Amino acid sequence: MKYPIPFDERELKLKAIQMRKDIVLETFSAGSGHPGGSLSAVEMFIVLYNCILKHDSENSRWEDRDKFVLSKAHITPAYYSILSRTGYIDPKELVTFRKLGSFLQGHPKQDIDHGIEIGGGSLGQNFSIAGGIALGMKLKNKQTRVFVMSSEGELQEGSMWETAMSIPHFKLNNLCLLVDYNRLQIDGKTEEVMEVEPLDKKFSAFNWNVININGHEVKEVYDALKKFEEFSLSTPRPTAIIAKTIKGKGVAYMADVCGWHGKAPNKEEYDKAIQELEAQEKTLTQ
Amino acid sequence: MRNWEMKLTRQGWADALIELGEKDPEVLVLDADLSKSTLTCLFKEKFPQKTFNFGIAEQNMINGAGGLSLEGFIPFVSTYGVFLSGRAWEQIRTTICMNKLNVKFGGAHGGVSVGPDGATHQALEEIAIMRCLPEMIVIVPADYYETKKATLAAAKIKGPVYLRFGREKVPVVSNENDEFIVGKAKIMQEGTDVTIVACGAMVAEALEAADMLKEENISAEVINLHTIKPIDSKTLIESAKKTGCVVTAEEHQVMGGMGSAVAEVLSQANPVLMGMVGVLDTFGESGTPEELMIKYGCKAKNIYEKAKKIISLTKKQ
Repeated sequence: MKYPIPFDERELKLKAIQMRKDIVLETFSAGSGHPGGSLSAVEMFIVLYNCILKHDSENSRWEDRDKFVLSKAHITPAYYSILSRTGYIDPKELVTFRKLGSFLQGHPKQDIDHGIEIGGGSLGQNFSIAGGIALGMKLKNKQTRVFVMSSEGELQEGSMWETAMSIPHFKLNNLCLLVDYNRLQIDGKTEEVMEVEPLDKKFSAFNWNVININGHEVKEVYDALKKFEEFSLSTPRPTAIIAKTIKGKGVAYMADVCGWHGKAPNKEEYDKAIQELEAQEKTLTQ
Repeated sequence: MRNWEMKLTRQGWADALIELGEKDPEVLVLDADLSKSTLTCLFKEKFPQKTFNFGIAEQNMINGAGGLSLEGFIPFVSTYGVFLSGRAWEQIRTTICMNKLNVKFGGAHGGVSVGPDGATHQALEEIAIMRCLPEMIVIVPADYYETKKATLAAAKIKGPVYLRFGREKVPVVSNENDEFIVGKAKIMQEGTDVTIVACGAMVAEALEAADMLKEENISAEVINLHTIKPIDSKTLIESAKKTGCVVTAEEHQVMGGMGSAVAEVLSQANPVLMGMVGVLDTFGESGTPEELMIKYGCKAKNIYEKAKKIISLTKKQ
């Protein structure tokens, strides 16, 4: 299928609930994985893959596609879900996540046919790959763009700031960084583990356009990405969208709880989460 | 002592890059503020639009190269071997090798012969930490011509290639018209009593050692193992079968280096006694290249002595 498609808020919200159901199912089936940071990134994936990114799941190697690079690459449950809901992966495959022989590896393995531009999983690395892709697109005089998703925790890696310095230096205004700022990491609150604030000022000081949003409001995510599209034509600077989010968003017992970074729900927890998400679906469709 | 013509290996790297720049529109050069040392400044003079300086930031440079390769370019990444293979090892492992990206690495300033800059700048571990990476090809050319040919060959290989070369002028042991095949060791001279396997600047030392042995009627076969990975097992096994004992010589840590790679082959196929010449679990220091090669045991004399010892031990077996 060809994207982008027109923005439809209610439709996107329904898709977000489906994605959350996928995330819960994948981690439950695998008995491991990262639900918290997957759930916080849902609306960004939904808006990006449906309404912004120029891509075609029937022609995954299309030369003029925009590229998405996942830098916080442990959130494969969200990544595989969006790829399955936009035609790259059969949704039936999602239950093979993290199992021996499955292409749905714990951390992504490069698989362009299934929409995975590049593998990843070691934090601090894929932002710089995205920078290289953006530079390559410029050298080839392409009008395409690169979107890269990171997190505030990943921004503790020093290599991220090497990249943050080089992208404006090379005037890569075709690159948009999305920061899933959910304020929690494995060992606790980001501010207690290693403070990254003031994040927007840091990016401004590194010569980026900066947009602060609520990462769970699809309209805000959409407007910010549209603003990036404007910036990419009117300024030489790259754009950082800093999206305040809630880890575990959408599943009440996981929301804002550090322990759900890398833990799978058991059967009882799975049922409870699905019930809650189905109730959300019902409210939206009534 | 042979009367060698002396040439820079890094000049071979730069000359090959210029040749590639002229014919291959996809070839790019990436620097980390050391282009004047690695001589990629010569490429930049000719092709400023194809050269990108990433500043003193190797991790970003290497993954940036990975990104460029995803857009169809062939990036040649250039800096000192210590920073290239060491500082950004995990980028090379997880991004470049795991995804089999088409990125080429030119690790300059390998070995103690870097000289007065001292231990921090003398790369002694690259062969070990690069050859253990799946997908990586590791080449240690012996001289100017081999460095040039290896660089040209790397451009034709799809996937990561690591080239190691030094700072100083080294003897020219090959001819301009010699064939250079990645993965095919070169027998520099045939012999029957001992096999000397060497790489890089140690190939010339090995030939000098063979001359010293010849004076005592000992016939040494000298193999230039310029490609450490994939290793030419066939040539190594055949030679070991013929001579019955092997000495390896490298300007690198003996632990995990070229000699270890040779031992991995021979111990499993045709075990013979081996002696290893190289840096023995220590770091270098400041000094002249010649002083350091002597102090750290990387001279023809060391190879000669090791060969005599291994031959005598083999006879006692």
